[in-house]
Amino acid sequence: MGINAARPWSALSPKTGETTVAKSGSVAGAELRINGVSKSFGEQPVLHELNLTIQEGQFVAVVGRSGCGKSTLLRLLAGLELPTAGGITIDGEVVNGLRESTTVMFQDSRLIPWKTVIDNVGLGLKGDWRPRAEAALRQVGLDNRKHTWPNTLSGGQKQRVALARALVRKPKLLLLDEPLSALDALTKLEMQQLLASLWGTQRFTTLLVTHDVNEAVRLADRILLIDRGRVALDVVNDIARPRQVMDTAFGKLEKRVLERIFEEQSD
Amino acid sequence: MNTSKAPANPNIQSVQSIQTNINFDKSPHPESTLANHIHPPHTRRSASWWRKGGNAFIPWLLPILLLAAWQAASAANMLSSQLLPAPSTVLHTLWTLTLSGELAHHMSVSLTRALVGFVIGGGIGFLFGVLSGSFDWFYRLFDTSIQMIRNIPHLALVPLVIIWLGIDEGAKIFLVALGVMFPIYVNTYHGIRSVDQGVVEMAKVYGLRSASLFRHVILPGALPSIFVGLRYALGVMWLTLIVAETIATDAGVGYLAMNAREFMQTDVIILSIVLYAAFGKAADVIAKLLERRALRWNAAHTS
Repeated sequence: MGINAARPWSALSPKTGETTVAKSGSVAGAELRINGVSKSFGEQPVLHELNLTIQEGQFVAVVGRSGCGKSTLLRLLAGLELPTAGGITIDGEVVNGLRESTTVMFQDSRLIPWKTVIDNVGLGLKGDWRPRAEAALRQVGLDNRKHTWPNTLSGGQKQRVALARALVRKPKLLLLDEPLSALDALTKLEMQQLLASLWGTQRFTTLLVTHDVNEAVRLADRILLIDRGRVALDVVNDIARPRQVMDTAFGKLEKRVLERIFEEQSD
Repeated sequence: MNTSKAPANPNIQSVQSIQTNINFDKSPHPESTLANHIHPPHTRRSASWWRKGGNAFIPWLLPILLLAAWQAASAANMLSSQLLPAPSTVLHTLWTLTLSGELAHHMSVSLTRALVGFVIGGGIGFLFGVLSGSFDWFYRLFDTSIQMIRNIPHLALVPLVIIWLGIDEGAKIFLVALGVMFPIYVNTYHGIRSVDQGVVEMAKVYGLRSASLFRHVILPGALPSIFVGLRYALGVMWLTLIVAETIATDAGVGYLAMNAREFMQTDVIILSIVLYAAFGKAADVIAKLLERRALRWNAAHTS
């Protein structure tokens, strides 16, 4: 990757002019309320009477072991699944299907291989979307690849295109389903910085599902640990940004969450 | 040729071209760098000319040798000109039939039958494939019946088709359509069923619904499989046409051959066979070109 690609956020606001809304202090994110939500697939219960409120613009990380129900929670919020009991509201509206202001990024980038990068970003947009798609690609540092096929991109570049696709719609809620877990360590770091900076300027409410506690502590305001369909830990992370792994507070919080995960396992 | 040095250079070249492939940020056409990858560019012009010319020539070497041997054997009277005329005789026949306009007439009649049958059969097969792939109830309702009919060799229907439809164009077109329909149906259905469900889900998240979802995601995703069906169907199309044209008829390449048999004109028979081969090859080349154009995103995948 080139030099400009490594620090795409450095050239963010002056070119795009996208960040003015967030700077003026108005809230761009959605407020979520999860009221007594249960979900089971057939006989198999996955989530048990979950109650959560997530404030506007909050960056929440959901951690937990495989199969704990964290991805199901994300799919419920996306409207891809409906709860068996209870309800979810976003800004007071009941979620009963897909919403335009909610976008999702998956672990696999799910780019359409027969559409060029820019056509992937503009997927489903109406009207004069090209300038917007180009601006979104510039945000992730990939505007120089807009006419290439996704198959020629690296894993990290694909995820950046997927991020641009999620952001071009100005989402109020961004759902991230382990989007970085398939990337190599360096690319992952770059993507974490990119996510943190874009969230910092645009303040969409973000829910990040991950099994990487380090990533959760690095990015989120609040960390939820889910175990066997229940919230086992709900902790605020107020470590000052930009966060350093070497920081003692960082290490302490990471240790606390990890210990809790292993404690649950030994029960 | 100094064999010790010449092969070493292309290897170095290909390594360099792989490296440029990785960093082709500035390249507007990644597929062109792919072509470079497969056929590394050479700086030594004369060597590359020889290699290129040689590579293009090698596949034709055997057919040309065979033709030459055939011609030589005929000239030496080792082959009966009654049973197997020399290539030059066939070529001469091609020339006279072209001049008389007979050839153009028979070829256009055959092509029309093939095309009309293909469009009807392919259209029905595609439509049923799309519906079966998209709607479970349609699949459940029709697939078993379609599979049963598919397993009847359609050429076994020739006697029945003659009784039903007579010996007119209708019978020939019907047979072609029937033969073409099933490969297109089966491959369209499988293509649609094998579209990546993750991508479909993603497209739904980004607001694509029924018609736009089909146009932008499902149909392009099914295209590789549809093209497999298309090329297979083209083969079936020519095969069916050859058989159908031996049914009593008064025009077409098949008529040309059957009529020639009556008069022992083996040169015309061989010409007809060559024409069928040329038709088949031309259809396959066109299908391949269409496929390469439609699936150019897929070519980039191999880099």
